[in-house]
Amino acid sequence: MKTDELLTGLRNRDPRAIGRIISQVENNGPQCRAILAALDPAAMDSTLVLGITGPPGAGKSTLTGCLIRHLRGQGSRLGIIAVDPSSPISGGALLGDRIRIMDHALDPDVIVRSMASRGRLGGLCATAGAVVRVLAAAGCEVILIETVGVGQSEMDIVRLADLTLMVMAPGFGDDIQAMKAGLLEVTDLLVANKGDQPGSEALCLEMSAAFRDRSRADGIERVIQTVAAQNKGTSTLMNQINTLNARHLEIGIRATRRQQSQEIETLDWCLELLRPQLLAAIRGHEQPLDPRLRAEQLITDRDHDRQQQPQ
Amino acid sequence: MSTTTPHRVLIAKPGLDGHDRGAKFIARALRDHGFEVIYTGIRRSPEEIAAAAIQEDVAAIGLSSLSGAHLRLFPAVLTALKNQGAGDIPVLGGGVIPDEDIKTLLAAGLHAIFTPGTPAATIIEAFRAACQTGSHSDSDD
Ligand SMILES: Nc1nc2c(ncn2[C@@H]2O[C@H](COP(=O)(O)OP(=O)(O)OP(=O)(O)O)[C@@H](O)[C@H]2O)c(=O)[nH]1
Ligand SMILES: [Mg+2]
Repeated sequence: MKTDELLTGLRNRDPRAIGRIISQVENNGPQCRAILAALDPAAMDSTLVLGITGPPGAGKSTLTGCLIRHLRGQGSRLGIIAVDPSSPISGGALLGDRIRIMDHALDPDVIVRSMASRGRLGGLCATAGAVVRVLAAAGCEVILIETVGVGQSEMDIVRLADLTLMVMAPGFGDDIQAMKAGLLEVTDLLVANKGDQPGSEALCLEMSAAFRDRSRADGIERVIQTVAAQNKGTSTLMNQINTLNARHLEIGIRATRRQQSQEIETLDWCLELLRPQLLAAIRGHEQPLDPRLRAEQLITDRDHDRQQQPQ
Repeated sequence: MSTTTPHRVLIAKPGLDGHDRGAKFIARALRDHGFEVIYTGIRRSPEEIAAAAIQEDVAAIGLSSLSGAHLRLFPAVLTALKNQGAGDIPVLGGGVIPDEDIKTLLAAGLHAIFTPGTPAATIIEAFRAACQTGSHSDSDD
């Protein structure tokens, strides 16, 4: 399809065009730049981006299914980006999150896209951010991003999302310890899923303690118990999401986050675009220096060269 | 700037039988050979499979059926794809399929058919070839 056909298709919400456009953006294809240039930034203004992260098997996809059902009940058009890791050995990936959201496979207002992390140099954020904007341009009012909480990629997702939900379940004690270090600090709401299983109350208590200061400050409860497999707790969760989002809009947190996210995404792309030149420069100047000093030297030389020959 | 992009394929199981060992085996084998494989689980309708393939913009679809309903289900997926404007996506099928049915299915437009005896390497090569023949190979304008 030609670029203008794709863009017309996007405006008309044609699923094939939307799918094609996402591929172009994801693969940095020949039409990518023209597509990005044509996207209306204002489309994001009325969009809510929710990040859903947590350890493997905690129930993220099942919960996503619950949120889809709830939001579709209210008539919202939805986009879902489900990210799974690529195999570092083969480069391939098995993307299975759709299994739990196939109930909505025939709903034209639920656009689901699976993405492999692909060990992207600029971080997942560099690509997923553009996919979010495509989905917004396709009329999606709420965009859910599911990602497994095990490494750097979910920190990237956190940066993209207006609100981040961490999904936990009883029996993930070690994961919680590991995540407390960084992820919990950037989590907005903690979903204690599998509330039907023993240990859920203890999990809620432990998590409430982690959020105590924040919840005391604004009176918003941040730990929500759910049984996603039985669609229990979804409306309470959605209420808390809406309450917190309204608060963030009011006090400017959302605007700040979006601005920071744009900055980081731009920086990621700058580094990505500079990479080949820098690599060439490094290879062209073999020096017996400590790498850090060599880098400083390289940047100084670069700046110097630039001043010598202004363009 | 980008190096080679992995092929995206969708593996689906139409029909009512609940055995997806074959489908999962192929899905894993493809992943281990560098494909990005979207797996949609058991008991999907042809329409659901077509809609998912379009949203995911896959270069090829693999269907698995053990229920004996392949003569009905595989062509039904082709029809659903055509109805949704994606008749160009190649569809490969696998299962316990008698020789005479293979001819029928290929004539109906299936890209390739595999049986339990087909070596995994042959299947992977067939997917690779299918991904390169489809409209994805010349995805530029
Ligand atoms: N008992 C119980 N099981 C649940 C609940 N929610 C989800 N499950 C089950 O937990 C398993 C994993 O659920 P998923 O939704 O696939 O979990 P996930 O976090 O998306 O998993 P990955 O994408 O593989 O990381 C499935 O077997 C679900 O049926 C729940 O509330 N209670
Ligand atoms: Mg999942």
